[in-house]
Amino acid sequence: MRAALTVLRKDLTLELRTFETVPAMALFSLTTFVIFHFGLDRSTVSGQLAAGVLTVTLLFAALLGAGRLFVAEREQGGFDAFLLAPVDRNAMLIAKAAALFIFLAVLELVAVPAFALLLLGPPLWPRLLGLIAVLALADLGIAVIGTLTSAIAIHTRARDLIGPIVGLPLLIPALIATARAAGPLLQAHSSGSPPGKWLAVLALYDCVFGLVAYAVFDFLLQE
Amino acid sequence: MPDTAIELRGLTRRFGERTALKDVSLRLERGKTLAVLGRNGAGKSTLLRILSTLLRPHEGDITVLGESLPRRAFAVRSRVGLLGHEPLLYRDLTGRENLSYHARLYGAPTARVDQLLATVQMGARADDPVRTLSRGMVQRVAVCRAVLHEPELLLLDEPRANLDPGATELVEQLIGRGNGRTRVLTSHDPEAAIEEADLVLGLRDGRGLFVGTPAEAGGRLQELYR
Repeated sequence: MRAALTVLRKDLTLELRTFETVPAMALFSLTTFVIFHFGLDRSTVSGQLAAGVLTVTLLFAALLGAGRLFVAEREQGGFDAFLLAPVDRNAMLIAKAAALFIFLAVLELVAVPAFALLLLGPPLWPRLLGLIAVLALADLGIAVIGTLTSAIAIHTRARDLIGPIVGLPLLIPALIATARAAGPLLQAHSSGSPPGKWLAVLALYDCVFGLVAYAVFDFLLQE
Repeated sequence: MPDTAIELRGLTRRFGERTALKDVSLRLERGKTLAVLGRNGAGKSTLLRILSTLLRPHEGDITVLGESLPRRAFAVRSRVGLLGHEPLLYRDLTGRENLSYHARLYGAPTARVDQLLATVQMGARADDPVRTLSRGMVQRVAVCRAVLHEPELLLLDEPRANLDPGATELVEQLIGRGNGRTRVLTSHDPEAAIEEADLVLGLRDGRGLFVGTPAEAGGRLQELYR
């Protein structure tokens, strides 16, 4: 855990110093909301359509972030430096997934209010807690898969393509569950609590892929 | 043999169709210096990466500091320091932040960071981002990184690259012959490398052309670089 915290701290310091990832993700999300606004030719959306727009936008923004996760490691020798150290290699998985989770949380602090202002019809405030629960579970799954696929892509020449090509199919179950869980929340007359069934699906997805990632990550880091 | 630092028997490593190292064997005692010489692409850096556990061999037996590689790689990592072509430093972190990061990964005391920076006279620029430093300064910080955890075995790939004579003298305290560590070094200056070696390995196209004393190696340099 000490090594994971060390790598995470380094990643957050680098992001705070360069602002290379989170601002790009936020800008991408805002632009996408504007595109949906004009593309759908609607001033407001609600229910399942709103959930779909929000989930897809956040998912693609997350892929942008995942694509940047290992850039410093690859370009500045961070991988070799880490592999030389006497630490459990899964520390890198935990640190990178935690970093992506934090990036997503910060992104959502900007993107969700922007979505509420630009597109969402019903008021967001009464459903905010439910939506936070849904997005937290979704972010966990996206962070794990994003880290896993970025680690796969790092050793390939077409790394910019491999991440999305491998990651998107793996993220489809999370996308479905997130959209289904968020849909009822974003309806005009919502109870404010997300459907338990889809929250359970998201939690199960996170557990399964978290364990898979933990089992294979060491192998992925080998030459 | 407890006084053996490195023992290679039939070490072979391939990259696809190309054989980078073929049937390399040698034995190096603890505290001694091995100079690995050869033309560009002879396999010098590959050998260092295998000894550092970054690469796995395809054939052969390797024992480093009494541990068999790659099976016991984890046990070797804390005892080996690698100074390669790349400094392995994050450009947007300062020298001090980079070294503190490595100190935490190795469980080394962070007080050693300041001590090392002072040794290589980088204290005044320690809080500048690495991307703003000259190549010589970056190399000085990289030397600090390689010795931060006080490794028993130092793997030095062109350690004096980018260093002026003054800086070379500074880093000598950390990676020079005098500190008693076992060292494996490569250099494109064979005469200088032979001068500080106890054993010399000549590599040509991945094959060990000779393993011998500096005196023996001196007579075969022309053959090696022909």
